[in-house]
Amino acid sequence: MLEVRALSKSFGGLAAVDRVSLDVGHDEIVALIGPNGAGKTTLFACIAGFIEADAGSVRFLGSDITGLPPHRICARGIARTFQITQPFARLSVLENVMVGAYHTTRVRRDAADRAEEVAWQLGLGPQLDMRADALTLAGRKRLELARALATRPKLLLLDEVMAGLNPLEVEDVVAMVRAIRAGGVVVLLIEHVMQAVVSLARRVYVLSNGRIIANGSPAAIAADPGVIEAYLGHGAAARLQRGGLHA
Amino acid sequence: MLSPEILFAGLVNGLMAGGIYVLVAVGLTLIYGVLHIINFAHGSLLMLAMYAVFFLWRKPLGLDPYVALPIVTAGAFAFGYLLYRALIGHFSHGKDENILLITLGLSIIIDNAALFFFTGDTQTIDVTYAGQMIWLGPALVALPKLVSFAAALAICILLGLFMTRTDMGKAIRAVAKERQGARLVGIDVEGVMAISYGIGIACLGAAACLLMPTFYVSPTSGHAFVLIAFTIVALGGMGSFKGALLGGLIIGVVESIGGLWLGEQLGQIGIPLVFILILLLRPTGLFGAAR
Amino acid sequence: MLAVLGVLALAAYPWVFRSNYAINVGFLILFAAYLGQTWNIAGGFAGQTSFGHVVFFGVGAYTSTILQTAYGMNPWIAWPFAALAGAFTGWLIGVLSYRAGLKGSYFALITLAVAEVGRVVANSLPITRGGLGILVRADHRAANFQFKDPIWFYYLALALCLLAMLIVWRLTRTRFGARLAAIRENEDAAQALGIDSFREKVKCLTLSGGLCGAGGTVYVQKYLYLDPSIAFGVDKSVEMLLVTMIGGAGTVLGPLIGSGVLHVVGEITRDLGNSLPGVSNAQPLSIIVYGAVLIAIVAWLPDGLMGLFSRRSKDARRA
Repeated sequence: MLEVRALSKSFGGLAAVDRVSLDVGHDEIVALIGPNGAGKTTLFACIAGFIEADAGSVRFLGSDITGLPPHRICARGIARTFQITQPFARLSVLENVMVGAYHTTRVRRDAADRAEEVAWQLGLGPQLDMRADALTLAGRKRLELARALATRPKLLLLDEVMAGLNPLEVEDVVAMVRAIRAGGVVVLLIEHVMQAVVSLARRVYVLSNGRIIANGSPAAIAADPGVIEAYLGHGAAARLQRGGLHA
Repeated sequence: MLSPEILFAGLVNGLMAGGIYVLVAVGLTLIYGVLHIINFAHGSLLMLAMYAVFFLWRKPLGLDPYVALPIVTAGAFAFGYLLYRALIGHFSHGKDENILLITLGLSIIIDNAALFFFTGDTQTIDVTYAGQMIWLGPALVALPKLVSFAAALAICILLGLFMTRTDMGKAIRAVAKERQGARLVGIDVEGVMAISYGIGIACLGAAACLLMPTFYVSPTSGHAFVLIAFTIVALGGMGSFKGALLGGLIIGVVESIGGLWLGEQLGQIGIPLVFILILLLRPTGLFGAAR
Repeated sequence: MLAVLGVLALAAYPWVFRSNYAINVGFLILFAAYLGQTWNIAGGFAGQTSFGHVVFFGVGAYTSTILQTAYGMNPWIAWPFAALAGAFTGWLIGVLSYRAGLKGSYFALITLAVAEVGRVVANSLPITRGGLGILVRADHRAANFQFKDPIWFYYLALALCLLAMLIVWRLTRTRFGARLAAIRENEDAAQALGIDSFREKVKCLTLSGGLCGAGGTVYVQKYLYLDPSIAFGVDKSVEMLLVTMIGGAGTVLGPLIGSGVLHVVGEITRDLGNSLPGVSNAQPLSIIVYGAVLIAIVAWLPDGLMGLFSRRSKDARRA
């Protein structure tokens, strides 16, 4: 469904994304993990059209979408959430989600219905009339999700949607993402919260210093020495091997 | 077409005026650089300072504007400092547009207070040496203009030295570069910001003294000056001293040549047009950092 | 229900207060509310704070006035041309500014500069009679878009004001309006949800400019005189901004309420000022108060007076 090929983006000589290639298939949840500063959000921004890549290509459903502006990317069926939530602060939850729903209809009634449906699905039903900036962090994360979902995307890019949530809240969101997947939407998520990655993703890409250093099932990459080094530092893999888990 | 002599004279006069504009722009760019405030009241405050010069010149005080320079500058500093503490400081941490609206409100108040108390008449001052002319190559320049030009540049140099050599100057530059960091090393950020605003207004005080010998003042003067100041700062780059210097001189010349070329009425189009072109084509200006 | 009562009250006003003075004041309030509403579309809804909105007013005013005086066109026919001219100006400014990515303060300042360009051009061209201004020959016939009795202008202003409120109300219930609000709140997020913010903002400014330009014609037909400072002076821009912000930017009733409050406050200040010894013209005093009100609103009541109400009716009924 999504094919990223050799995507590169540098900022003033520093390669934030370095010849990254990845694939997301038609019926899966794929996770993108990596230490802080690895370039994950930059990669998302390139895919979603907020940043123009220096080189490489992004293809979606067979067509080239490299360099398209964000609203065109959305029109093609890709929706994204932001790492730091970006609610429409002074609008109500309902109005927020309706903006997403308006993507597929002009009619207010239909947009409102769709918005309500999605909001209830994500547990925001009781807060429909609340101002977006009055929500808790968990609420705002769900709002990001609801808004993006309301556009009826084919692919959902979730940027650290679990960040800042406590384990119970994480479980709720995990269940929601599973339900979204069951509803036919493909998901590519950036995550730090391993609980979520392990529960949701069939495949995981690991990004470090702008490069993909591993790709496989959650179990496989957890054991991959290169991945361990990326997170725990040089030589950590060998130390772990020698001294068991307390290196 | 314009003859080379007239063109040269226009150039020289433009530079002379530009020198003073530099002083006005330096204040604005300092305020922006340190406080991230677009001080819409800049023109109105200059107008106020010019009236101060006028009243000091009138009997019974009879102070020559150049003599009054230290007084007006100090007074302007104090006024700016207090203005920041009393009003502007409270809003300097919010949205960009809010502070723009607040300084807009301030300029409205100042302009109309001037209109109310001073009436709408334009005021000029006559100094005995106003008519004296000096030959600068083929161009004839009024002596006060030349003196003002030199004084403006001298003040800019002094200000530059202040910013680089004194502790306060360094503190100001620190706050401009990295507010949070400055706070962490113990700099009284609020105090520095108030002082910076004060310095910005002090520049206006000095500029007023240098302008009055050859200009006029009226309650509506603020409008023209604010656009000039913004254009210079946009051209030079928000927060850049070099930019204000170069920009001021360029704009002075643009204004002068524009007036010569297009006539007095249409010539006024030069400045807003330059402003529009800069914003559309190169919003960061010549030396500004990318926003 | 309340709305119907309100409209009836406004319609009845000139019958209750019969004097020409009262009717003219009514006209001024409603007309300022109309212009403010056009600003509201761009500044209140889309968050495009403009400091130079008067440029649309001036372009419209000059268009219909020149067509009338220099080309003999009937002012009613010239009226839509004024709106078109205003719309075109809005479109042009929108395309150029948004292409260049201008927003916030930069956008506000560029509109100010454009209005200034308008003023200088109007001051210099022979066709606008420069600083002398254009005098429209008084010929008080309805067919000539001139009314001897000010009550007609009052009703015209009322009609325009209601029309603008209707347009803005529709805006709150359509996709276009929702998109503008989204752009205002967070343009990046709006784009991520499929909104072509450039196109929507240009549409918005075009609409705003067209309505504002139409207002220009009405003004000239009433006062039969136009010059560059009236057409492009910064005072009108500020007034449009002020009435909307006082009343509540982004609301339907905001500009009307704001206009009423502003004029009442202005009247009171003027009367108080004039009663002070030695004061001959207290007009600037009322404008000082306007400046103070602007500061107060931005500082303490950013949602305007309507913001006070909406805080109470927090349980807004479902869409």
